[in-house]
Amino acid sequence: MVLDDHWRPQASIDTLRARAALLARVRQFFAERDVLEVDTQLLSHAAVSDPFIDSIEAQYRPAPDQPAQTLYLQTSPEYAMKRLLAAGSGAIYQLGKVFRNGEVGSRHNPEFTMLEWYRPGFAAAQLMDEVEALVALAIPGFSAQRLSYRELFERELGIDPHRATRAELQRLCRQHVDAPFEDDCRDTWLNLLMSHVIEPRLSAPVFVHAFPASQAALAQVVEDAQGVPVATRFELFVAGVELANGYRELTDATEQRRRLQQDQARRKALGLPQRPLETRLVAALDAGLPDCAGVALGFDRLVMLALGLERIEQAIPFAFERA
Amino acid sequence: MATYSSNQFKNGLKVMIDGDPCTMVDVDFVKPGKGQAFTRVRLRNLITGRIWERTFKSNESVESADVMDRDMEYLYNDGEMWHFMEPDTFEQYAADKNAVADAAKWLKEQDKCLITLWNNNPIAVTPPNFVELEVVETDPGLKGDTAQGGSKPATLSTGAVVRVPLFIEQGEVLKIDTRTGEYVSRA
Repeated sequence: MVLDDHWRPQASIDTLRARAALLARVRQFFAERDVLEVDTQLLSHAAVSDPFIDSIEAQYRPAPDQPAQTLYLQTSPEYAMKRLLAAGSGAIYQLGKVFRNGEVGSRHNPEFTMLEWYRPGFAAAQLMDEVEALVALAIPGFSAQRLSYRELFERELGIDPHRATRAELQRLCRQHVDAPFEDDCRDTWLNLLMSHVIEPRLSAPVFVHAFPASQAALAQVVEDAQGVPVATRFELFVAGVELANGYRELTDATEQRRRLQQDQARRKALGLPQRPLETRLVAALDAGLPDCAGVALGFDRLVMLALGLERIEQAIPFAFERA
Repeated sequence: MATYSSNQFKNGLKVMIDGDPCTMVDVDFVKPGKGQAFTRVRLRNLITGRIWERTFKSNESVESADVMDRDMEYLYNDGEMWHFMEPDTFEQYAADKNAVADAAKWLKEQDKCLITLWNNNPIAVTPPNFVELEVVETDPGLKGDTAQGGSKPATLSTGAVVRVPLFIEQGEVLKIDTRTGEYVSRA
């Protein structure tokens, strides 16, 4: 490969101008709505618990000849922002870099810009309205349909994702995707159907909400009209791209502790690294996290969608390979 | 045999899939929401030429395929097999009809070709991008009509038929682009 032009950015200067204008409009959007900008730490003593998100490790030394201590680059400002909310910050947003190990692809860069915000007193539906208004800054006239996870799977594949067995999901998946591996987790097959079969068909923008409880992450779990426990979580898909992920946030400290430990047990079972859990988040919830909804949105993907770019590196000055 | 884990996949990697050697044409990382990551790979079967997509989960591994491309000189065809020689070692390889496929109509003795070997057997033959071949049959040239343009079929010494300008005569040697099968110029 010829590396001679690798000093150059992959994004055009025109793209970077549009990106800068959008960054400014986002800040103005929140200023007008009286949402406080915060810039929490990127380097933390604790790592994210999600088994399928891998933190990048950093070595901290008190002096060059002293033993190093392992710290973690943040995969999202979620834990820190919730500690601020519990401390009485009110509505807050953060617009900055986060890091995820191993994530390189047409829509992934290991270092990317995330816009994350929290709204005390908001239900998920109100926050979806606000996400719509924010995306409209980049895509004029933007609006998105709202469908539950069940409605989407029934419409696209004719199955109830909450009741189908693992074997049924696996069989259905293999009718559409060449994926001969085995996996005994229902969510793997649901995720494969979602990412490989349904997502590419979602050309019109859609908020998918009421996820299976097993995919709740840090969302509250409630019973839906059919008595099935579902997560108050939503995801926004635009042109088949997963753009944002939001929750009516879990506020119960005991349940928060249980989920962190459950993630840690899952990591162990999968042979993934065991890392320090953020127990200060549990302490913050114990002290009292206000009822709130929060959402994280991939800013680089928003730039891609606004400008019609095919690959994430076209939206970033220097993506992984040239960073 | 070496194996590759799905997080090592990259374009051009040669792997064994369902018993056939395949090359990775495009590799993408797919990560749905909070779930585990998948690697979606566009593969080309090097035996059949079939191109399709397969999805792997993280840490799934596949066996590498012992596939390599070598420059060789085309020697002759014995009616059934096409024979090639490695110029440095003088080692000879015989390729069958499936391996040579469409390349057959461009092969001229002593031309340099790219031979794809799997377990040391030829499975594909790529002719040089440009070959020089003699016209063995074409309608007589229409002199004085060159400004008009237009073309006519000409049969070359290897049996290939290409469209050539009207002024080309039998016995002339032409330069042909094998990737498009088009006439380039007189040699």
